[in-house]
Amino acid sequence: MSQVQMRDRPHVPWWNEPKNRGYVYQGLLFIVLAFFAYEAVTNASNNMRARGIPTDFSFWNKTAGFDVNLTLIEYSAAASTYGQAFWVGLLNTLLVAVVSIVFATIVGFAIGIARLSNNWIVAKLATVYVETLRNIPLLLQLLFWYNAVLKPLPNPRDALAVPKITFLVPEFAPTVICLALGLGGWLITRRARLIEGVAVIIANAFGSLLMLAALGVWLFGGSGVASVLGQGVVAFGGKAGIYLHNRGLIFPEVHLTDSAWMMGAALLAAIAGAIAFRVWARRVQRSTGEQQPVGLVATILIIGLPLLAYFAAGAPASFALPELRGFNFVGGTRILPEFAALMFGLALYTASFIAEIVRGGILSVSKGQTEAANALGLTRAQGLKLVVVPQAMRVIIPPLTNQYLNLTKNSSLAVFIGYPDLVQVFAGTVLNQTGAAVQVIAITMAVYLVISLVTSFVMDIYNKRMSLVER
Amino acid sequence: MAASSLIKTTPVTNDIAVEISGMHKWYGEFHVLRDVNLTVRRGEKIVICGPSGSGKSTMIRCINRLEEHQKGSIVVDGIPLTNDLKRIDEIRRDVGMVFQHFNLFPHLTVLENCTLAPIWVRKMPQKQAEEIAMHYLSRVKIPDQALKYPGQLSGGQQQRVAIARSLCMSPKIMMFDEPTSALDPEMVKEVLDTMVQLAQDGMTMLCVTHEMGFARQVADRVVFMDRGEIVEVNTPNEFFSNPQHERTKLFLSQILH
Repeated sequence: MSQVQMRDRPHVPWWNEPKNRGYVYQGLLFIVLAFFAYEAVTNASNNMRARGIPTDFSFWNKTAGFDVNLTLIEYSAAASTYGQAFWVGLLNTLLVAVVSIVFATIVGFAIGIARLSNNWIVAKLATVYVETLRNIPLLLQLLFWYNAVLKPLPNPRDALAVPKITFLVPEFAPTVICLALGLGGWLITRRARLIEGVAVIIANAFGSLLMLAALGVWLFGGSGVASVLGQGVVAFGGKAGIYLHNRGLIFPEVHLTDSAWMMGAALLAAIAGAIAFRVWARRVQRSTGEQQPVGLVATILIIGLPLLAYFAAGAPASFALPELRGFNFVGGTRILPEFAALMFGLALYTASFIAEIVRGGILSVSKGQTEAANALGLTRAQGLKLVVVPQAMRVIIPPLTNQYLNLTKNSSLAVFIGYPDLVQVFAGTVLNQTGAAVQVIAITMAVYLVISLVTSFVMDIYNKRMSLVER
Repeated sequence: MAASSLIKTTPVTNDIAVEISGMHKWYGEFHVLRDVNLTVRRGEKIVICGPSGSGKSTMIRCINRLEEHQKGSIVVDGIPLTNDLKRIDEIRRDVGMVFQHFNLFPHLTVLENCTLAPIWVRKMPQKQAEEIAMHYLSRVKIPDQALKYPGQLSGGQQQRVAIARSLCMSPKIMMFDEPTSALDPEMVKEVLDTMVQLAQDGMTMLCVTHEMGFARQVADRVVFMDRGEIVEVNTPNEFFSNPQHERTKLFLSQILH
C-alpha cells in the first residue's frame, strides 16, 4: 500500500512543490504591499503636517459659514456646522436620486413596452428615443437641460404664467373625448391577436396616453396655439399662480390647518383597509373560489377616503399664491432649475437603459408560456398577471437595480450644473474651506460605497429567493 | 314516448365534438391550410400525421384559436369559433392541449401548475383544486413530485404533468401536438402509456404524432396531411396496409422502415 503511494507521489524538493511556491509568492507580495501602504501613509501625513493641513476630523463640528440654496433640514450659514452641511448634501443627493428613479422607472417601462408594440410608429419612436439618449454622454445631456432649456427662460419679471382655465363648452366634453379614446383603444385591443398580449394592451394604453397628451397640449398649451385652434373651447382669465422662469418653477404653497391630520389619517386608514381587503379576498378565494375586484376597491378606498376626509374637515387647506415683488417672487414653493435639469437628465438617460431591460425581460418569457396559459382558458390579463409578468420580473429586477445604483452614482455630476448635492456641498465647498481633503473625500467615497453595497446585499437576498429551482 | 324521441334528436347534433369545414389559412402569401374538412365525433380518437410543414400542428392550433383561420368555419362542442373573446375563452376551457415542449410554468410547483387554471378560471376553492390535481397526478403516476418545480423533473415526467394540468380543467376534448417529439427515447413509452390510458377512459382525442404504434393501438381514424391539405382519412388498418394515395404511400415508406 505504502509502496504504491510512494510510486504515485515521488519525492519532490520543497521549493518545487506548487503549494509551497504559492505561499512564498503571496508572502513576498504581502510584504511589498505593506511597505508601500506604510510609505504612503507616513509620507502623506508628514507632508500634510509640514504644510499645516488638518489630519483629524475636528472640522466636523466647526461653523460652516456658507449658504446652500436647497436644504431639507434646518440649516443656516451662521449657526450650522460642516457636519450639518454634510447631511444637507447627502439628503439632496438622496432627494434627486429618489425622484429621478421614480421618473426613470415610469418612462423606462413605457418606452420598453412601446418598443414591443406592433404599431409601427410607436415602436420606431421608442427605438429612436433609446438609441439617441443612451448614446449621448450624460454630462452633455445635463448641460443641455440646464443651459439650453432652462437657462434661456425669461427672468422672473417676464415669467411665463400658467393661465387659469375656464371651460366654455359643457364640462362633460373632455370626459366624453377621453372616454371615446379609451373605448377606441379598448376595441382595438379586443380585436387584436390574442397571442401578442403584453405588447398590444400596453402599447394601446401608451398610444391612448399620447393622444391624451396631444389633446392636453391643444387645450392647455401655448395661448397662440389655443387662440387658433381652441377658440370658443377654453377661456383664459386671471393667473393660476404657477410661474416658470429662469430661477425655477413656482407654484402655490399649500398651507394646512390643524384639522389636516384627518386627511393623512384617512389615507393611512385607506391603505390599511386596502391591504386588509386583499388579505380577506385571498382567503375567500382559497375557501370558496369567489374572486373580488381587489384593484377597484383599493383605488376607490385610497382616493375616496382622503377626499371624504378633506370635505369632512371643512377643506383644511389654503393656497398661498406667489407674488412678484421687485426682481423675484415671494411666497409659493419653488423647484430649482438645477434640480429640474439634473432630474430630467438623469431620469431620461437612465430610462433608455431601463427600456432595454424591460424589453429583454418580456421577450425572455417564451411564447409557449402565453400559449399554455391561453390554452388552459386563462384570459389574456390573467395570463399576464399570473404567468408572464412574474417570470419577466425575475429577469428585469437585477439589472434594474444596477441602473438605480448607476443613477445614484451619476447624480454626483450635479457639481457641473451647480445642484447642491453631496459632492458639490461636501466634497466641494467643505473641502475647499477646511482643506481636509483626505478625510472629506474618504467620507464621500464611503457614503456612495455604503449605498451601493447595501442595495446589492438586499438584491442578492431577493435574487436567491426568486431564482428558478432547477436541478 | 314523445319526450324520449325529442331527447334522442338533440344528441345527434351534440354528438359532434369538433367540426371543421372549408377552412383556409394563410401566413401572408403562404397558403398553409387549404380547404380542410374534418368532423370529430364525441369519444373518437384521431391521429394526424404527415411530413413536417404539412400543417398538422397549425390545424389543431386553430381549434383553440392559438392560430386564427381566415376562411371556413370551426364549431367546437356546439360553439362556433368567431372573434368573440368570450366564446374563445369558453372553448379553451373545454379543450385541453399538450405541447411538444411541455410549456409548464417554471415559477410554479407541479401542484400549482395544476391548480392555477381551476382556481382562476373555474373559480374553485383551493382545497378542492388541490384534491383534483392530486387525483390526476396520481393517474399520471407522479403524485410524489407534486411539490417540486418543473425544472427538477425529467422530460417524461414534465410531459405527464402537462397532461395532468390539462385534465384538471376536466376538458371534453384533448389535443396533443407532437407530445413525444422532444423526449429522450426511453421516456416516450411512459407518456404514450398515459395517453393510451386516457383513450381507454373514453376521452375525445386529436393527436399529432409520428408514433405509428400508438396510432395502430388507439386511433379510430388516421388523418394524413400534406402541403396543407387532408390527403387521406382512414381506419388505421386500411391506412397502414392499403394506403390509397401516392403521397401516403411515399410517406409511409419513409417512416416505416
